[in-house]
Amino acid sequence: MEHLISLFVRSIFVDNMIFAFFLGMCSYLAVSKSVKTALGLGVAVTFVLLITVPVDYLLQVYVLGPDCLVEGVDLSFLSFILFIAVIAGIVQLVEMVVERFSPSLYAALGIFLPLIAVNCAIMGASLFMQQRITMPDTNSQAILNVWDSIAYALGSGIGWLLAITCLAAIREKMAYTDVPRPLQGLGITFITVGLMAMAFMCFSGLNL
Amino acid sequence: MSLLSKANREALVGPLNLNNPVVVQVLGICSALAVTAQLEPAIVMGLSVTIITAFSNLIISLIRNSIPNRIRIIVQLVVVAALVTIVSQVLKAFAYDVSVQLSVYVGLIITNCILMGRLEAFAMMNKPWPSFLDGIGNGIGYAIILVIVGFVRELLGSGSLLGFQVIPEWCYEHGYMNNGMMTMPAMSLIIVGCVIWAHRAYNKELQ
Repeated sequence: MEHLISLFVRSIFVDNMIFAFFLGMCSYLAVSKSVKTALGLGVAVTFVLLITVPVDYLLQVYVLGPDCLVEGVDLSFLSFILFIAVIAGIVQLVEMVVERFSPSLYAALGIFLPLIAVNCAIMGASLFMQQRITMPDTNSQAILNVWDSIAYALGSGIGWLLAITCLAAIREKMAYTDVPRPLQGLGITFITVGLMAMAFMCFSGLNL
Repeated sequence: MSLLSKANREALVGPLNLNNPVVVQVLGICSALAVTAQLEPAIVMGLSVTIITAFSNLIISLIRNSIPNRIRIIVQLVVVAALVTIVSQVLKAFAYDVSVQLSVYVGLIITNCILMGRLEAFAMMNKPWPSFLDGIGNGIGYAIILVIVGFVRELLGSGSLLGFQVIPEWCYEHGYMNNGMMTMPAMSLIIVGCVIWAHRAYNKELQ
């Protein structure tokens, strides 16, 4: 239980998807113009992470690992293709479910929902999960069972949500400031994110 | 039709400056930031992306007329994932140290927005040869930015280039210090921000 909580808190603050690993940067910069859409995308990413990471975990442990399907065969070189297929399939599924049961959420998310399939945060979380399986169980980053993978997915998703909402709030305020012309728009956004990442660096001393 | 007609040359050269995938179209930022703490992984990453973009553009352009529209994203992802798997295995075999440094970011080339962006916007509606050139152009445009950021970060962060010490010993004896901040991820964002600033100040029409 202790491991579960520390994994969860670590993946929100210390191993933050945006500020420590730069995952999902493209949509992060493109969709952070207003807080409302940013929040919607953050929730969608968290939701998709919460499904894909445990599924990919089970695949990695029971299908791809050494000696799983056939004795003496290590299929882990297939992980890229399998993971991306799972992600694309689940995103399609989530899209259909959301459209059927919550048309208002579907309309609010619009084009971002299908685009989550090519969001690096989702693929990145699965690939980091694959690395963390082999870590010793004394390491607080290790993912030892399927509950750990769920905690990791939830934490990463919430960390991403936090980051995009903060940036959107700052950008809404920044619309009224006098920025040098060549720096306007993209340039100043990058520098803002850089300063936010520096602020988040102080969490790296957090020992759980 | 000549192999390097005007339109083809535009497809090859445009992405290097005015249509740069990283600083103008804002695609593929994730890996551009994460692998540039040193120059060597930045160069390897730029090269890998160039090869994968060029060949995925070529393959998708060859089969573009037989892909059903509804499942095209999945088809594109499978082609890209297969190419990335090949590149990742080659890197593991011939440049193991770099492949360890790049860690998950090799796999993340699959979800690199440059690839999907070029496949959707160019390869799906153009002939194979221009698509191939477009892929090479965009890959090199991406690699240039990576090399610039990697150069600045390695020079200021550890005083070396490609692992060789560049800043001489007597500088350190007179009180020069490496800027440890440069090796942190946060600084790469600020450097890319400055590159964009310089690029837009130079190209007035982009403002």
